[in-house]
Amino acid sequence: MQNFKTSKLETVYCVVVFMRRVAIVGVGMSKFGEHWEKGFRDLIIEAGVQALQDGNLKGEEIDALYGGTMAAGRLIGQEHITALIADYMGLNPIPATRVEAACASGGLALRQGFMAVASGLHDVVVVGGVEKMTDVSTAEVTTALGGAGDQEWELFMGATFPSIYALMARRHMKEYGTSVEQMAAVSVKNHLNAAKNKFAQFQKPVTLEEVLESKEVSSPLKVLDCSPITDGAAVVILASLEKAKKYSDCPIEIIASAQASDTIALHDRKSLTELKATQIAARKAFQQAGVSAKDVDVAEVHDCFTIAEIMAIEDLGFVEKGKGGKATEDGFTALNSDVSVNTSGGLKGCGHPVGATGVKQAVEITWQLRGKAGERQVKNAELGLTHNVGGSGATAVVHLFKKC
Amino acid sequence: MKSGSALTWRLIPNRYRLIGSHCETCKENFFPTRPVCPSCRRKGKMVEKKFKGEGKIYSFTTVQVPPEGFELEAPYVLAIVELSEGPRVTAQVVDCSENDLGFGTPVEMVFRKIQEEGKEGLIHYGFKFKIKK
Ligand SMILES: [Zn+2]
Repeated sequence: MQNFKTSKLETVYCVVVFMRRVAIVGVGMSKFGEHWEKGFRDLIIEAGVQALQDGNLKGEEIDALYGGTMAAGRLIGQEHITALIADYMGLNPIPATRVEAACASGGLALRQGFMAVASGLHDVVVVGGVEKMTDVSTAEVTTALGGAGDQEWELFMGATFPSIYALMARRHMKEYGTSVEQMAAVSVKNHLNAAKNKFAQFQKPVTLEEVLESKEVSSPLKVLDCSPITDGAAVVILASLEKAKKYSDCPIEIIASAQASDTIALHDRKSLTELKATQIAARKAFQQAGVSAKDVDVAEVHDCFTIAEIMAIEDLGFVEKGKGGKATEDGFTALNSDVSVNTSGGLKGCGHPVGATGVKQAVEITWQLRGKAGERQVKNAELGLTHNVGGSGATAVVHLFKKC
Repeated sequence: MKSGSALTWRLIPNRYRLIGSHCETCKENFFPTRPVCPSCRRKGKMVEKKFKGEGKIYSFTTVQVPPEGFELEAPYVLAIVELSEGPRVTAQVVDCSENDLGFGTPVEMVFRKIQEEGKEGLIHYGFKFKIKK
């Protein structure tokens, strides 16, 4: 630590770290949904093979693998999953590292891959996210996902993830007048986008009435306010910008990567209507890239529950605190509106295979910035954002992307 | 989640007797016990503190879809309660429906069975709340 007690000038030199520019050169994903016919390894290999083909890469060109999964141990009884993935993808003997941060596991795996390339340690890395959730009962999934919160002081008391977000929703309704109709509008928008995405779990739009009349899970949240139980995998391949140009005519550069942490239990936070970790990660990401929330054309945000998207668009700075419900109702975040939010269908419509979500977000943004998102293409999309949250907000990670 | 008897035994001071921490440096209270004050870090001085078990409803919901071990309890009211000494806790509110609750409703702790691990497993006890008359 003594080295830091130097002159101001030297301190400045310390923080100007040399980082290489990093870009996405290949992406792939499995269809998201209930895949009784496919196992964990089938899903991740399907996504991995697509990504390698997309980037026109050979296995021997890969230097390392980072994999995000939340609860393979609970859901399929398998730990040590990145060794398994490297084995089945034929990537041995490269280093393969698992990253876990509940629902943000995928986003953190992406950040680990980004740092590995940015640092100069590796030139080309595979980042995967995967979760196989339908091999066990709903009650077991509920318990496993509960592990994203505080086991001893939330889950032990009977809290579930929907109930934790319900506690936030109630406060948001009280403090800002957010309505159940405004929350339902998030679900309607995201299902509409999902219907245009052949990889999405849900292929049909839903109406406001259908959301409002769906069965209550934890008041005020209903089934159609909640992301579903999903099997799925997503993979992106990263390379240094120099190498990226060799593999792809349209590499998508990651221009910022930022992460923050907060208390594990929701009740330990001063406010239940904001995620501080999101606010901090977003601020840092915008600083790194020298852009602002207004510049973002397309964003994949963490809508594990409808109230989560309302808080996300506020915490990311797209709208003022408290105005997220109204903005959604007014169409501010609809496809090709002010900022297109969750064009993939989000966690709500596309599905939420927990560890895969953060990587899937990067796949969707890549397609959008390449102009290859088909029916759900955002016009002239130049700047993209992904926002992935772990638990009730104890982890948040934000990435920014731009066409090279 | 099935938990061993050592874990259950270890948490008895917190779950049965409401023991938490008080930081003598910044005067903030914490529940449950924390070895390090998150605000003062190394400058903090943590001592044991027993909480009275009185508080107010800060937020609330009714859980309709329970996790394993709570199947027989659902639906139940779950709340974040702000204790009179400052910290907030997550717990069930018994002998009422959510229609009886509002933000700020005064509640007091009661000692209850929280969950059972099947017919022959451990029975876990701890605190819940009820409306203060
Ligand atoms: Zn202190």
